[in-house]
Amino acid sequence: MTSMTPNPALAPAALQAYPRPQKVTQARVLRSEWTKLRTQPSAWWALLAAVILITGFGVGYSLLLQARPPHGAAAIAAFDPAAVSLAGVQLAQIAAGVLGVLLITSEYATGLIRTTLAAVPRRLPVLWGKAATLAAATVAVSLPAAFAAFVAGQSILGRQHLAVSLSQPGVARAVIGGALYLAVAALLGLGLGALLRSTAGGISALFALLFAVPLVAGFLPGSWADDVGKYAPATAGQAITTAHPDPTSSLPPWAGFGVFCAYAAILLGLAAIRMRRGDA
Amino acid sequence: MSASIEIRALTKRYGATTAVSDLTFTVRPGVVTGFLGPNGAGKSTTMRMILGLDEPDSGSVTVGGRPPRAHSAPLREVGGMLDPRAVHPSRSAYHHLLALAQTNGIGRSRVAEVIDAVGLRAVAGRPAGKFSLGMAQRLGIAAALLGDPATVVLDEPVNGLDVEGIRWIRGLLADLAAQGKTVFVSSHLMSEIAQTATRLIVIGRGRLIADTSVSEFIAAAPAASRVRVRSSDQDSLGRLLSAPEVSIEAAEDGALLVSGLPADHVGAAAGAAGITVLELATEQASLEDAFVDLTRDAVEFRAPARPAAGPAVKEEQ
Repeated sequence: MTSMTPNPALAPAALQAYPRPQKVTQARVLRSEWTKLRTQPSAWWALLAAVILITGFGVGYSLLLQARPPHGAAAIAAFDPAAVSLAGVQLAQIAAGVLGVLLITSEYATGLIRTTLAAVPRRLPVLWGKAATLAAATVAVSLPAAFAAFVAGQSILGRQHLAVSLSQPGVARAVIGGALYLAVAALLGLGLGALLRSTAGGISALFALLFAVPLVAGFLPGSWADDVGKYAPATAGQAITTAHPDPTSSLPPWAGFGVFCAYAAILLGLAAIRMRRGDA
Repeated sequence: MSASIEIRALTKRYGATTAVSDLTFTVRPGVVTGFLGPNGAGKSTTMRMILGLDEPDSGSVTVGGRPPRAHSAPLREVGGMLDPRAVHPSRSAYHHLLALAQTNGIGRSRVAEVIDAVGLRAVAGRPAGKFSLGMAQRLGIAAALLGDPATVVLDEPVNGLDVEGIRWIRGLLADLAAQGKTVFVSSHLMSEIAQTATRLIVIGRGRLIADTSVSEFIAAAPAASRVRVRSSDQDSLGRLLSAPEVSIEAAEDGALLVSGLPADHVGAAAGAAGITVLELATEQASLEDAFVDLTRDAVEFRAPARPAAGPAVKEEQ
């Protein structure tokens, strides 16, 4: 075309035809979403923050209770060393949830979602692809972190002979549960982000759901505070992260986790309806 | 293969605003079709519906005979660029294209090919958010071409390109059309479209104004030329020239603007009457003027008219 190009880096070459067959599949969209997640620096920062919060806060809280161990038979009976070493999960849920929000709202904020959905016009594979990669990445990062926090925490609490081992009832479930809880918290963020299509709105709604709802439930009179409060998303979900949940204030571990998953499923379902219908 | 874009009675509203109203036209393969209209005319809305992103309130869009959201290999059917800045700012250009390619099962070799084709090889590893507008345009065009689509839809692709880039994209669009693809390119500048497109769809306020060829549009442009003249006796010259088929206006600086007579007649008439001609020039009405005339009633946002129409100046831009 042009005989001289001043900038060789920008000299275009002729484009050949591309006859190979193409088709959108869920597996391909999943791969695409994984490419996006691993090439989005903010995702790595959020996951790094989750690891630091899980391990750092778990060790810190264990050290605190090593210095001020529980007194009296009742306090010792109620003491849950596994939950103490996993206390960082409650902070890490912020990082995981915000990651979930950002994963979708960053596409709406930049307009990238239009490019994405033009390539996947059935649209929902994008949401499912994001959900699957998000959950997998969160578990992959937070499970080792939760295990490390548990081991470190128990070695600290062991100095006061308060440690438990993974083989004791409910303990392994609590450690794995910490990672599962974070994955579902991230999905909650994804659902809210996809529903509201705004980073600020999604994060605000996430905080309201995780932190304000239990707070408000606590103001309810008498036993209502516990009876209603145990169904609040975070309270229900965190039953799985304790070895011995208190039956008056929390649901049984897997039932509570199921309720937490139901919240995420409802939000993702509403997001799917909004995404599928109408304008991108 | 019929890769036409068929738009039938298309209407789209956003709340109380009607963005596109009862629009019907066909974009055919093998030529570059320009999509022209003032800002806010509904071009981008129409293009979003062609790409299956916005849902029409009524009417229909088909690309290659099917609604855009019914394609199982959408990047093979239609490649689009709406907003070159619609990238994740810290993701590299390469990974941006790779993620897009993977959704449709397009291989890494094709990603490298389109990067070379738009001349971004040297910067493909850099974050796309750091690109200049011209580079972002090239990245957007690369994304549109990934699937070797039968239809290419580009919203204002020339915006932000330098002269070399503009020449490159004109050549590229001509090549794509020569390969038998349907090429639909929007612009708000008539002068731009005139050098790029063969066919022309003009809209204003969401309605179709013209569906024509660029050459017909130019031929039909009103007030093709007029003569600007200043002389020692404007009043006499004005009376001298007046005739039924001639229209004469006074410009702000006192010159006469004469339509319907060639410049040599004006000069000869003045000389015969002993009037000294101080200035005599033929002013070519620009394509932009023709476009503005055509869409005058269809512009949604317009500055209030100035007290007197200034003299037509040479084509701007």
